[in-house]
Order: sequence, then structure tokens, then C-alpha cells
Amino acid sequence: MAAINKNAAQLQATIVGNKLVGQYHQILISVGDLINVCKPGNFVAISVGGPSSKMVLRRAFAISRVSHSSSFGGTMELIVAPFGQGSKWLCSLPEGSEVDIVAPLGTAFGIPTEPVQALLVGGGYGSAPLFGLAEVLKSRGCRVDMLLGASTSSKIYAPMEGKRSVNSLRIYTEDGSMGHTGRVTEPIPELISDLGIGVIYSCGPMAMLAAISAITKDTDVVHQCAVEESMACGIGICMTCVLPLRNADNSISMVRSCIDGPVMDGADVMWDLVGKNPLVQQ
Amino acid sequence: MSAIDFSTTFGNAWFPSPIFTASGCASSGKELSQFFDLKDIGAVVTKSIMNKERLGRPTPRMAETPSGMLNSIGLQGPGIDVFLEKDVPWLVAQKARIVVSIAGETVEEYSTLARKLRSVAGISAIEVNISCPNVENRGLVFACDPDASRRVIDGVRRTIGGELPIIAKLSPDVTDLVSIARGVVDAGADGLALINTVLGMVINLDTMRPHLGGKTGGLSGPAIRPIAVRAIYQVHAALPKVPILGMGGVASGRDALELIVAGASGVSIGTASFGNPTAIPQIQNELKKLLEEKGFTQLKDAIGYAHREEQSHE
Repeated sequence: MAAINKNAAQLQATIVGNKLVGQYHQILISVGDLINVCKPGNFVAISVGGPSSKMVLRRAFAISRVSHSSSFGGTMELIVAPFGQGSKWLCSLPEGSEVDIVAPLGTAFGIPTEPVQALLVGGGYGSAPLFGLAEVLKSRGCRVDMLLGASTSSKIYAPMEGKRSVNSLRIYTEDGSMGHTGRVTEPIPELISDLGIGVIYSCGPMAMLAAISAITKDTDVVHQCAVEESMACGIGICMTCVLPLRNADNSISMVRSCIDGPVMDGADVMWDLVGKNPLVQQ
Repeated sequence: MSAIDFSTTFGNAWFPSPIFTASGCASSGKELSQFFDLKDIGAVVTKSIMNKERLGRPTPRMAETPSGMLNSIGLQGPGIDVFLEKDVPWLVAQKARIVVSIAGETVEEYSTLARKLRSVAGISAIEVNISCPNVENRGLVFACDPDASRRVIDGVRRTIGGELPIIAKLSPDVTDLVSIARGVVDAGADGLALINTVLGMVINLDTMRPHLGGKTGGLSGPAIRPIAVRAIYQVHAALPKVPILGMGGVASGRDALELIVAGASGVSIGTASFGNPTAIPQIQNELKKLLEEKGFTQLKDAIGYAHREEQSHE
């Protein structure tokens, strides 16, 4: 009967890889058969700080890829930016450390049943789950083009093996330190018409997701975005990570980005009301 | 395996275990049921429900703090009619024991909610939340005003009749908690829920403004546990016959026992579930083991044990 996070499990899992990639840590966790139910877009919630930690909440990370290796069995890969206390602690863990994880959580990117022209747009390390998604889309016969953007080159996450899973990759930095100079959203209108894009998948800062939704508004292009809103529990019980969504009857619902997301239809999100009091704006 | 009598009571409601969810920390149960069987814990205390749908406060709604967190949800919920149609039947089907928590903006709204609950089957008790800190007008925190508290409970008691136990949820943010507790018990509350979150604030040093969308929020987690223990101890000392549903930063069986010996008949688990979806069954097992280790054969003997008279040494 439990329909929410029906594949989720809590387990003590071993970190089997932790290496620095640019500004980010690529962390590999051995999770066994759990990889079979992890889909691109899902996330994992990890306890941080150890048993006497003063950090009482889990940290949520997008699962960037899952794979099977002969030495470690099923593994999930996370790309972690060591910015906050919790992620710094996770990035400091040596291989062999145990972590308490809950996964897979949340919605996944919808995979089209027919091959379509797909454009993947990643901001910063938001690109991480897009490479795993690209592999799935390619295997379904989709053409996959990718745009990655960040403020500066060190914040671009674009691993070599990931580049092979897309038909084309263009990088944008605001300071021009890598690829084209400018915002990653600038070429999207042209690409939509030139390539006949049917669906855009995006992951990155909320402002980027909002900008893409503005571009796809009044077009037939579907925009599936992985949202980010600060959350306490990750499993749908705390109600902190809500976003305003427009319902079919034009009413507003505040939906949880942890269980009704992180992947949402960008056309439904009322981006201009995020962080505002929805009642006042109605 | 255990011979210990783990059961507890609130008024005429019986529960096989003293470990409950905390209102607002388990939604309506579905989300946690992926991680454990809801019928295996004492009761599910549902998120405080209002008469009409409510969207709540703007984000950000939470900030982690040392050994705790602030939340500023603002009673988001679908309204009592949808709740009774969808959530209660589902919980009944799970064979969970249900404590419905209600919240209102006026004394009349509480009575309306009580009237809608009066004839609903499968509910063990009502928690009357008169102390949610996340409302626009602090004047609406009934539990900060002895007279308003009494009027709410009196209205609910008159509407509901003598059947369903009423548990009044109080705030620790008051000068004289015992007098407010005494007032709601005189007005007809069968039990007390102690404590709601403690009002707090975090300022974001990037924006140099309050971090939360609602500016203030309720502090929960282990940081407030000593406040909960103190509140329970004080109220139990003054009103030893009134059962207390204790809550406030409980994250282990040891913490739960601390609240029980201070005077709690049951213990709600809130923020611990955010950090660990299986916290509730874990705490329940730890508590049972700890009671046995301490030599208790029934939970009832441990309730208020910290208040026992000093042994004389002869």
C-alpha cells in the first residue's frame, strides 16, 4: 500500500571511492542490488558527522550514476561540492568508511517511449545526474545534446567518460574561463529550432531552471527539471521543501520537492512565487 | 520476548507502546510506512489539521542549528474534510492507533473541528494544538494566554462530549506553564502534550536578514530536550494525575526514559524521524530494553519516577 518511495531502503553502506574532480568529490558507495531500483533523477539522503554529530539532519545528493563492478558489486556515484559542514565531512571520509544512507528517494526523469531529440542542461555540479541520464536516453535511440554552464571553469563538472555519452557538448562560463562566454541558457532558443528539440532535461540552480521554463513556455518542448529546495527529511514528512505548483484548475498547491520532485514538469512550477507567500500573490 | 508491560493510557485511550509520532513530524503516516509498520508503534499523531486548506509560509522553511533545527511551516495542510476522507481511513486500514491533532485560528474553529471529528470511527484521542509558533500573529498562540487556552479547550470539550480524550499541546514559551496547564485541565483536557517547539531565529549573514521566509521558526531537536524535561517535571509535580505526552529532542531510548521518569506517560518522536526514518522503532526497542535493565516490570512504574521521595538512610 505504501506508494511513496516504494523502493527506498535504509542501509549502512561502504564508501569504496573518493577522489577529487576539479572542485568536486566523486564519491562511490557500494550499495549492492539497490542499484537496480535507482533511476536518473533519484537522490540519496546521508547521515553526516558521525554518531555524536550536532548535525541532526541528513544531506541529500543526486545519484549521478549507478554501475556494477566486479570488485565492489553495485555502486552509486555522487558528485559532492564540499561547501557546507555536512558535505565537507562526507568528502573527508576515506575509502572503507561506513555511511548511513536512505535511497533511492524522489521522482526520476521521465524517459520517452519513442526516440526524441533531447537537450540536457546542467548548471555547476548539477550536470552530474545528466550523464547517467544521457546513457539511458542514448540506449533508447534519442539524440542527446548537452549544455553545461557555471560561473567559472573550476565549477564545470564534465568527466571524460561522460562526454562520450552525448552527441554534442557545449560549455558556457560567465567569466569566459572555459568554452563560450555567457550564460548556459543563451543558446537554448536557437537549439530548439535548429535541432528540433522535443524535451529539455535540466538540473542546476533554481534561477537557471526558471529561465529555461520561461524559454519553453508557449512551445511544445517539454521541460523536466530537477529542483533544489532546502529540505530537512528528504522523505516527505517535514514539509519544508515545498514549491508552488499550478494545478489544472488554476489553484496553487505547495508540493514537496522531495517526494513530488526533485524531477518536476517545469511548466507547472510557479517560479515567480518561489520563496513568496502564495496566498498574498493569489 | 519481553514480559514487561509496555502499555500506557491517556484518559480512556489505551496504547500498547508509549512511543508515538509527533504532530507535524510524520505527515499522515504514509511516508513513514515505507520504513516500518505503523501498527507496531504506540500511535500516529497526525499533522495538526485546520478547517480549511492552508498553504503555509514561504520558503526557506527550515534552518539546521546546533543539535536541532528551526522550522517555519505555518500549518500547511489539506483541511479537515480532505483529511477525514483520505488520511484517516488509510490509517485505520493500517490498524494504526490514531491521535488527530487539530489547530485553529479562533476558538470557534477548534469547536468546528471537534464537531467534525466527533463521530469519526478509529480515532483514539484528539491533540488540541494551541501552541503552534508559526502563525502570523503571536496573539494567536492561545497557549501563551491562560484565558484563551481555557476557552479553546472548553469549546472542544463541550462539542466532543465525554468520549474522546483531549490532549492539549502547550508551549514552553510562557512565564508560568503550570498555571496554563492547570487552566486547560480544569476546562476539560484529559492530558497535556509538552512541549511544542521553542520560538527562535537564524540570521543569514549573506543577506543580513532573517533566514526563514517566516522570519521566526520553532526550534526542535536535542537542543531543546532539557527544556522539555524541565517542563514535564514541573507540570507532573503540580498535576501528578494528568497524563503527559512528552516530546522535545528525543533521539534515543535513553532520552525517552528521561522524559518518562520526569513524568511523561508517552513520548512523541519528531525531529529524530527527519534524520532517521527508522528512529521511532529503534527508540521503542531501546526504551523497552532500558526499562528492563533498570528493573521495571511495567512502564507505569517508571512514569514520574524522578519525583519519588528520598529514601531515608537508617
